[in-house]
Amino acid sequence: MAKVIVVTSGKGGVGKTTTCANIATGLAQREKKTVVIDFDIGLRNLDLVMGCERRVVYDFVNVLQGEASLKQALIRDKRSDNLYVLPASQTRDKDALTQEGVGKVLDELKESFDFIVCDSPAGIERGAVMALYYADEAVVVTNPEVSSVRDSDRILGILAAKSRRAEQGEEEPIKEHLLITRYSPRRVSIGEMLSISDVQELLGIPLIGVIPESESVLQASNSGIPVIHNEKSISGQAYTDVVARFLGENKPMRFVDEEKKSLLSRLFGT
Amino acid sequence: MKTMSNTDQNDNPDLFLPKEQKPAIDLKGSVFTLTVLRLQSNDLADVERELEERLALGPRFFEDAPIVVDVEILKDQALEVDFPALVEVLRKLRLVPVGLRHGSHDHQKAALGAGFALMKGGVIKDLPSVTQPAPKAEKPAKPKKPPPPPPTAETAESTDVKAKATKVIYQPIRSGQQIYARGGDLIVMAAVNAGAEIVADGNIHIYAPLRGRALAGVTGDTKARIFCQHMDAELVAIAGHYRVFEDQVPPEYQSKAVQFYLDDEQLNISLLA
Repeated sequence: MAKVIVVTSGKGGVGKTTTCANIATGLAQREKKTVVIDFDIGLRNLDLVMGCERRVVYDFVNVLQGEASLKQALIRDKRSDNLYVLPASQTRDKDALTQEGVGKVLDELKESFDFIVCDSPAGIERGAVMALYYADEAVVVTNPEVSSVRDSDRILGILAAKSRRAEQGEEEPIKEHLLITRYSPRRVSIGEMLSISDVQELLGIPLIGVIPESESVLQASNSGIPVIHNEKSISGQAYTDVVARFLGENKPMRFVDEEKKSLLSRLFGT
Repeated sequence: MKTMSNTDQNDNPDLFLPKEQKPAIDLKGSVFTLTVLRLQSNDLADVERELEERLALGPRFFEDAPIVVDVEILKDQALEVDFPALVEVLRKLRLVPVGLRHGSHDHQKAALGAGFALMKGGVIKDLPSVTQPAPKAEKPAKPKKPPPPPPTAETAESTDVKAKATKVIYQPIRSGQQIYARGGDLIVMAAVNAGAEIVADGNIHIYAPLRGRALAGVTGDTKARIFCQHMDAELVAIAGHYRVFEDQVPPEYQSKAVQFYLDDEQLNISLLA
């Protein structure tokens, strides 16, 4: 049975779209048929991060409104046969998302994919609620700072109250995972950032990974190649671990302690 | 919400026992806290508008609450009241009118006709040995069950909660969520996070960190207390007396097990040994 995963956070700019692109790519690398959907209608970004912005012809809203078929709108990833992108509309507004319409599209996708990854817009409005409504699992992306933690807490409340699983109350509630991004062990040690245990204690949900702050993430986003393709990047490796844990493997957390930099690496700044 | 559970208490467990020598009824006097609505105008449109505004401040606190209408001011001004219309206004706002206080003779007659019981002053008296289904003139205050609220989807829930129900929550209460334990105590077995609000008519117990707001005794119970295992609250209130922990909780109480109680209108905090 296909699984619907929502990547959400409440707060903007914490790395939802980056995380979506990397988790979806990682799942595809593991031979899972995966589709990633951009729910951020009007502010579409996922296609940029996935490097397929020039190939967008039809979008999610066209499909919802019956102007295009799913087949026409899905964009196959350049690097992986198992990965498809369903881009958001840049011109419509988010009222185009209806619960019924989204449900229908997801049902159709479930027939041919193993994983459906939904990229939620920031906030707690309609777009965000639509993205999480049908989810089976949720990845809550949080930066180690108080406002991000507060917003994640809010979105966890919404997952527990407004999702399909919560409303119907028949199945298990949505399985929640905490993903801490932009983590800097150095800044934690000098008290500028919340530690992993602080965040975990405040939110009280299981941790699926910690993505260290790294320039390679920004470079990857700008060039449209998800960082998980970059095996040298510690952020890329951290995302690979996240995907493995998501698939049930037991991986120890990496890159969470401050590294003692060697003189050479300090000189060369790598 | 499915995360909550109530311990339903049955008012009359005896009723469900085998017939044999069990009496069909058991009559007892009991004391209730009722909200009094003092009418200062007989213009029901004004009353409705102001009441609506007031209720909006504390949504749900008064939902299906029994209301005693006090018309002393109108009596002094010899103003009439359209009681059947008043009942409609109150029902519409999800209040349950049960009694009239301080009416003129005409007021009382009209109110009786509209299904009000007549309450004497604010003093609570013993229940007479006989109760009549129809209200009688000069019936002493209280225990009269409020007439059933209009049938709505939530009627079932509200009648369940009415007894001294304790609400127990096992899952974290997150920012933006509000939990209200109507008519009883609230026990929370998980964290109450910053930006969350827990409210009870009775006491509140939190066996986890309290980082949000906790308001006990919101219908006026000054004996209500708040107990928490890990004090980190933003705001704490008992019967309307509140304290904001603006910057931080005083260090001697921070992250400690504490209780809050009212003593002579003063909200006190003390460590739990």
